[in-house]
Amino acid sequence: MKKLAVAWFLCCACALADASSVVAIRNAKIVTVSGPVINKGTVVVRNGLIEAAGENVPVPADAWVVEGEGLTVYPGLIDALSTVGMPGAAPAAAGATGGRGGRGQTTITTPAAPTTAAAAAPRAMGPEDRPQTTSWEIAADQISPSDPRIETVRGGGITTAVTFPTRGIFAGQGSVIDLISGEKAGEMVVASPAGQYISMSGGRGFGGGFPTSLMGVIAYIRQVYLDADHYKLVKEAYARDPRGMQRPEYDRALEGVMASPRILLPANRLVEIDRMLRFAAELKQPAILYGGREAYRGGAADLLKKYNVPLLVSLRWPEFPRDEDPDNEPSMRTLEAIDKAPSAPVALQKAGVKFAFYSDGIDTPRDLQRAVKKAIDAGLSREDAIRAMTLSPAQIYGIDNRVGSVEAGKIANLIVTRGDLFDDRTRVEMVFVDGKQYKPAEAAPAGGRGMVTEGPGGNQ
Amino acid sequence: MRKFLLASLVALAPVCAQTLVIRNATIMTVTKGTIQGSIVVKDGKIADVGEKVMEPQGATVIDAANQYVIPGIIDCHSHIAVDGGVNEGSVSVSSMVNIKDVINPEDIAIYRALAGGVTTANILHGSANSIGGQTIVLKMRWGKDAQSMIFEGAKPGIKFALGENPKRAGNPVGGRGAAGATVQARYPATRMGVEDTIREAFNEAKAYKAEWDGYNARVARGEHPIPPRKDLKLEALKEVLEGNRYVHAHCYRADEILMLMRIADDYGFKIRTLQHVLEGYKVANEIAAHGAGASTFSDWWSYKVEAFDAIPYNAALMTKKGIVVSLNSDDAELMRHLNSEAGKAMKYGGMSETEALAMVTLNPAKQLGIDNRVGSIEVGKDADLVIYDKFPLNDFAKVQKVFIDGHKYFDRDDEVSSRPAKEAEKQKLIEKEKQAQPRPQGGRGGRIG
Repeated sequence: MKKLAVAWFLCCACALADASSVVAIRNAKIVTVSGPVINKGTVVVRNGLIEAAGENVPVPADAWVVEGEGLTVYPGLIDALSTVGMPGAAPAAAGATGGRGGRGQTTITTPAAPTTAAAAAPRAMGPEDRPQTTSWEIAADQISPSDPRIETVRGGGITTAVTFPTRGIFAGQGSVIDLISGEKAGEMVVASPAGQYISMSGGRGFGGGFPTSLMGVIAYIRQVYLDADHYKLVKEAYARDPRGMQRPEYDRALEGVMASPRILLPANRLVEIDRMLRFAAELKQPAILYGGREAYRGGAADLLKKYNVPLLVSLRWPEFPRDEDPDNEPSMRTLEAIDKAPSAPVALQKAGVKFAFYSDGIDTPRDLQRAVKKAIDAGLSREDAIRAMTLSPAQIYGIDNRVGSVEAGKIANLIVTRGDLFDDRTRVEMVFVDGKQYKPAEAAPAGGRGMVTEGPGGNQ
Repeated sequence: MRKFLLASLVALAPVCAQTLVIRNATIMTVTKGTIQGSIVVKDGKIADVGEKVMEPQGATVIDAANQYVIPGIIDCHSHIAVDGGVNEGSVSVSSMVNIKDVINPEDIAIYRALAGGVTTANILHGSANSIGGQTIVLKMRWGKDAQSMIFEGAKPGIKFALGENPKRAGNPVGGRGAAGATVQARYPATRMGVEDTIREAFNEAKAYKAEWDGYNARVARGEHPIPPRKDLKLEALKEVLEGNRYVHAHCYRADEILMLMRIADDYGFKIRTLQHVLEGYKVANEIAAHGAGASTFSDWWSYKVEAFDAIPYNAALMTKKGIVVSLNSDDAELMRHLNSEAGKAMKYGGMSETEALAMVTLNPAKQLGIDNRVGSIEVGKDADLVIYDKFPLNDFAKVQKVFIDGHKYFDRDDEVSSRPAKEAEKQKLIEKEKQAQPRPQGGRGGRIG
């Protein structure tokens, strides 16, 4: 109880943003990401935007000045796939194949709990019943500015999240949000819709409604895109001349699918990366894959490069099973993944594949930092690591004209650290979101407080 | 390039062989008798076979003295190499789903099947539905990606199922897999319901076909109508009506076998193979008249009520009535010794060595429409070959080497000798992970998706 009270107090204290609308951070090291590092320069923030950033930028007379000696300014970090701000959401993860455990699968995902709407729906008898589909839902319409996770993740330097509804096969459309502790949800939205979140773990077991298998989920998705093409054709014909033509039935599932600028598909194993790349090409949809546990394997990066599809790499690296029956020796494939998964980013970098990190439910700053450090230890340069959490996700979602780097004219999402962002001793001193300053909590309590969790923690 | 990269990942990637000679072997060709001689393989095909052959210069030579060579075994009924479930059991007609979408080329059962001499398998949807999903024929090209596993040019199929399995999910009373008195109970619950489900599906498919034929006719006349909606479920059945998709029907009892063939006659399509078909011997004349193949078990029965009337002479009796008969596994373990299953056909029913071997090679090839490529050792056919240390229709025979398209995909000596190194590598990784400090990640971070 006492702990709770303290947490609550901290929460309130830190949510208070500094109200100054003009800020100048001078004599700081600036990691612009889009350009070279400025060893000693000034960043001016005005009305929520970066007014200027450079070596010889004058400090405006009306600015609140931050003495940046010994400090480093980075662009705010972007969580490329998140559920922060979504009511009742568990942190996002790449539940890759799901279904009723096929052979050779290393992951079996707990099927997402049905939404209230889905639970009330009658049993789906085929694709025409649009099972487990809420494609029309948009994160921007649902985000809650009072989600306590906003403050937790912001403490680690995340200023922007691409947040998604994640339940169902066509779960809905994501939105890019700035993690301000605002009054209105609308103020948080940076761009929307960001894409349709698709999961493959639709199977609810034998005797449930359609679909119950991975091949059923794939057939369903394929049918939906065929239907969308046909729907568009019929609607256009009707719009041209409705006389004598039967009125096409409004289909919100197809409307949602058609409104999505891109799709997000789950792919952890190499087999899944291959399968989903082919599937996206067949559907003729711009796609992003998420997961990437076996992206370290030879061939994966080349495949992604060939199809020119970006990958969101989960920072929840596979881990050695602990407290397991010693007789349950993990397979060579699993052991290899545990050993090599963090080397995927450097392999992707070398192959020229566009990739970004996503937190995959790791909310606390310390754990996030450790997870990124694993990729750095496996050979990823610090510059590339920071890029994978700033400019790269911005480019993947087509929002690099407003976020992702320290450049004049972009949104003033900045983090200020003492020391290198990925050093153990380094702490995020200040976070600016939309030009408002937030002070990270002194010691973020471990364990992602305030999160609604489902399923086991840790790796799978 | 990509294929090469994928293949190179796997420790047991096939060794490329341009030209290969297997000499001094006892060769069971299936179509041209059993001979003592040699086989020449060029560019993945059998270039020569006979007692005396011209050995090309620079060829890789395998001396198979005292060993046997047979064509690669073909399993007409398997469910290996499938991700995320083999049944889309939610609906009675699931013809929209396709095994091709969920091939898992890294299923270890593929490698084990190879070690049992299997080079080709018909991968079927499960038997939960009256009309199941679309099927695919794979070559066991272990180490390749999913697309490279597919038997090029083999006609795709669809799974049908009759009897206990498809009616179980609608059973309101109880029993294995029964729905009981729940809202989940699914039509049909009886054999007559199964028939009705199939007929209804083909009524729909005929109407769908007529709609598309009408559209195509209008387009041919130069009109620009709006095309009908493409329906994946009916598209597959339309292909059946057009003869472009084989029907592989799971069945047991004589009455339901006749029922299905009557449906096929009524709607103008053919049943390509009857699968399991344990009572096939009772209606062998009718099956032969329809032209269906029969893919059965050797001596496995009484595991459910509809399998009580089975006899081990089924394969031989059906063969004698002129039916093309194969023996299948339906199981990843049984798949590894189909050679000894074939041997049982010699014991039960007095099949010759060649007739018995054909039941796991040439006959399934005929049933799958791929006998121009595989199923026997003949000049021009794919070099899918298995070397056994002993007479292969024998429990004690062990597979020594397996070739697909002339490439070696399994080698018993290599496999056995590589085990200590693999085990050491694994133990090294386990030790490394055990010594690593536990680094708790996340808190109670859950997963969704």
